[in-house]
Amino acid sequence: MNLFHQIPLEIRWVVYVVAMIVFVSLFALFAIWLERKVAAWAQDRMGPMETGGFHGWSQTIADMIKLLLKEDIIPDAADRGLFKLAPYIVFTSSFAAFAVLPFAANLIGSDLNIGIYYIVAVSSLVVISIIMAGWASNNKWSLYGGMRAASQMISYEIPVALSLLVPILLVGSLSMQDLVKVQAGGFWNWTIFGNALGRGSILQLPFTIVAFIIYFWASLAEVNRVPFDLPEGESEIIGFHVEYSAMRFGMFFFAEFANMFLVSGVAVALFLGGWHAPFPFLEVSAETSLIWCNVIGTFWFIGKALILVFIQMWLRWTLPRLRVDQLMHVCWKVFLPFSFANVLIVSLLVVIS
Amino acid sequence: MSEKRELNLPLGPTPEKMQAAYAAADQMPGEFMHVQMGPQHPATHGVLRVEIETDGEMILKGTPHIGYLHRCFEKVAENITWPQIVPFTDRLDYCSSMNNNLGWSLACEKLFGIEVSERVQTIRVLAAELNRIANHCVALGSYSLDIGAWTPFLLLFQEREHILDLFEELCGGRLLLNYIWIGGLSHDIPDGWLKKVRDFTEYMKPKVPELNQLLSYNKIFTERLANVAVIPADVCLQYGVTGPNLRGAGVKWDLRKSEPYSGYETYDFDIPVGTGEMGQVGDAFDRYMVRVHEIEQSLRIIEQAAGRLEKMPGDDVQAAIPRTFAKVPAGEIYFRTEQPKGELGFYIVSNGKSKPQRVKCRAPSFSNLCVLSKVAPGLLIADMVALIGSIDIVLGDVDR
Amino acid sequence: MTQSEIFAYLQTSFPDAGLVLDETQPEPLIVVPREQLLDVARLLNADEQLHFECLMCLTSIDMGEELHAVYNLYSMKHDHKCTLRCRVNREDPVIPSVSSVWATADWHEREAYDLMGITFEGHPDPRRILLPDDWEGHPLRKDYQPQKEWHGIPLEAVQPEDLEKKRENG
Repeated sequence: MNLFHQIPLEIRWVVYVVAMIVFVSLFALFAIWLERKVAAWAQDRMGPMETGGFHGWSQTIADMIKLLLKEDIIPDAADRGLFKLAPYIVFTSSFAAFAVLPFAANLIGSDLNIGIYYIVAVSSLVVISIIMAGWASNNKWSLYGGMRAASQMISYEIPVALSLLVPILLVGSLSMQDLVKVQAGGFWNWTIFGNALGRGSILQLPFTIVAFIIYFWASLAEVNRVPFDLPEGESEIIGFHVEYSAMRFGMFFFAEFANMFLVSGVAVALFLGGWHAPFPFLEVSAETSLIWCNVIGTFWFIGKALILVFIQMWLRWTLPRLRVDQLMHVCWKVFLPFSFANVLIVSLLVVIS
Repeated sequence: MSEKRELNLPLGPTPEKMQAAYAAADQMPGEFMHVQMGPQHPATHGVLRVEIETDGEMILKGTPHIGYLHRCFEKVAENITWPQIVPFTDRLDYCSSMNNNLGWSLACEKLFGIEVSERVQTIRVLAAELNRIANHCVALGSYSLDIGAWTPFLLLFQEREHILDLFEELCGGRLLLNYIWIGGLSHDIPDGWLKKVRDFTEYMKPKVPELNQLLSYNKIFTERLANVAVIPADVCLQYGVTGPNLRGAGVKWDLRKSEPYSGYETYDFDIPVGTGEMGQVGDAFDRYMVRVHEIEQSLRIIEQAAGRLEKMPGDDVQAAIPRTFAKVPAGEIYFRTEQPKGELGFYIVSNGKSKPQRVKCRAPSFSNLCVLSKVAPGLLIADMVALIGSIDIVLGDVDR
Repeated sequence: MTQSEIFAYLQTSFPDAGLVLDETQPEPLIVVPREQLLDVARLLNADEQLHFECLMCLTSIDMGEELHAVYNLYSMKHDHKCTLRCRVNREDPVIPSVSSVWATADWHEREAYDLMGITFEGHPDPRRILLPDDWEGHPLRKDYQPQKEWHGIPLEAVQPEDLEKKRENG
């Protein structure tokens, strides 16, 4: 710990930011490859097999090079400034949220005391960039995409935030590390299973599970994944990025996968024990070895998040797409009342105990 | 699974409300969004352009514009000889070439008074029904893609691939077959082909329940289709909508039963009709489901035809083809057959020469599509996609 | 009802309309003068005995001096068919539209106008359907000569020699 803390804070931050950029980029590359493999698995075929030799591992790298080399086309009638700005904002906003994602006991960009609040706030910036992209393209179809994104993402912010309130109520802190730390000592202590170590008791078990389910589905809508991929809706309105080409399109793609990891990471941190292992004996405590504690913690965190990412992909290749009114119906008439009731009951239980 | 849902239209557009909005759209140009859906749009199944006037996501007015794929079939047909037209019919509806061949050949045979042998008829029925399955695989597959489900698309195309392989062995072509000729067939069935057909039917039978499990009764899928884009039976008849779309509206009407040709009357099969399983009769789900059930019925016909062919002694499949078409009977004739998409009719005017005086093709998709402007008002953009997909048009057939 | 019975039935309704039964074809036709076409169509559609609710096909034919429009009707209720034929002079190809009776005729009449140049009076949307709006001529007429170019696109068949020449000229 001392070694770690001897390094000046500024340098640690720079190192961390660079490491995060590398991680997010690598993750996006890997996730795109994984997405194809999951699609192939669902559809009874092989997926990319040629590039790179082993199961087409370098296919995404080749695609990225292709995207980088392609001509960047900006429509004449587009609002050039906004058109160019939108991809950066979408990537920045999803990347900024990684700052408070607790990868391990000591591996966190900044353990803000309002960490989860910060994530909710920053990740809603994505909406702005998507509307920006839809509007600036000066194309009616992309405008539809932008409007759909706006209505959808803003609506789904509410169930997301409300279901995140449940673990916050149980723990009594907004800091990401605090939220994770109380879940130590095996999977039965995770928030999703009632979080007995926190303020609550086993009575909350059904409500925390409901909160997790609502969070997971609503977060699918937040990141525009099937069955809520209406802003893209390839077969209907083609999507807000219809006019984008080359790496600008690639940025949206990158951001989508970064966002997927982000929402999965938040779910893991708040509900699934964060960097804690499912069983205590699989963990290394910080006293034994600081390095190994963080390595093992990161392993569990990323591993759990990847499972959620995999489920998101699995759903994408299984389910059809909802219609706009059905999407709103699910949000306002199903998720919202349930999450309100959930918050109410959990807070009552917390008060009683 | 089959519980009925109340009619719950999106955003509650009652007919009166729609009428008012429709009138308003005409009077206030610029008040509503005017969008061109197509000709380059993934959900229009080709180069269809639908001009839509929208209020938010709701469509007030939809006008289809066609002709982007016009290849002058009727003009070309006037300048080539009778048998030369057969390969051109392949290109009308390229998803069901065999049925187009059959329609043209039967029309000419009726005009010329040609009788083909029972074996040729049986092979024709077998091939046409195989192609019907292939067509429905494309229709259902691309429909699932429209609704946003990717996987069933590839699974259905995989089944279609088996049929195309069978066709390749039968006549060399996969998509454009030129197999059924006026008075006969281009090739006899190869040795061992019937065995493969049998294998295919055995393979295909469990695939239909699998599709139902995977897609048809998926909650999101049924929600998307139930009560959407309802085309009632009277509108169907008025607009000349035929085929699975008419049957989806609950009308038990199939030319294979009501005006049997090629010995269809001797086969045992049912006509599936829309029952309003998930909502109203004649909604998109009924049209979808009729196609699923038609695959099952076609499999039954194929099995019966294969059984008959196995027992039949071989004969010359080209025996009835006239030596020459230089001199043919003059006259006019309208003959219609049940193509997978609907009624395929040919109005032929012959003046006794080697080339027809006039050929009019009553393409099923052409008539089916014209109902679009009637049904479009009140739909959401996503429903429009569901409507176009459920009508199952092929632009090669619409534009000819 | 057979075609001749339908003809007899129509004769009683329109005694002096000048309907003719043409029995030279494999399937007999009823030739209707264009003045009476709309009335006959309405009767065929509305009459309980006839009840022709389906217009199967609408064909336009170039017969040299005359242009013909052929209507193939079908009654699903009574399972009988009927073919109407309307003959107009090439110089004055105007036929009343039946799209108010059968909505199918809407697009089929547009197609007949587009390709054969028969004008359907009273059609709600008398535009070309398959060809571009500014196309010249009606291709299915026997004397049709294609225009030389359309919006700068040459429409005459390009000969291989011409291509060769073009290539040499750069």
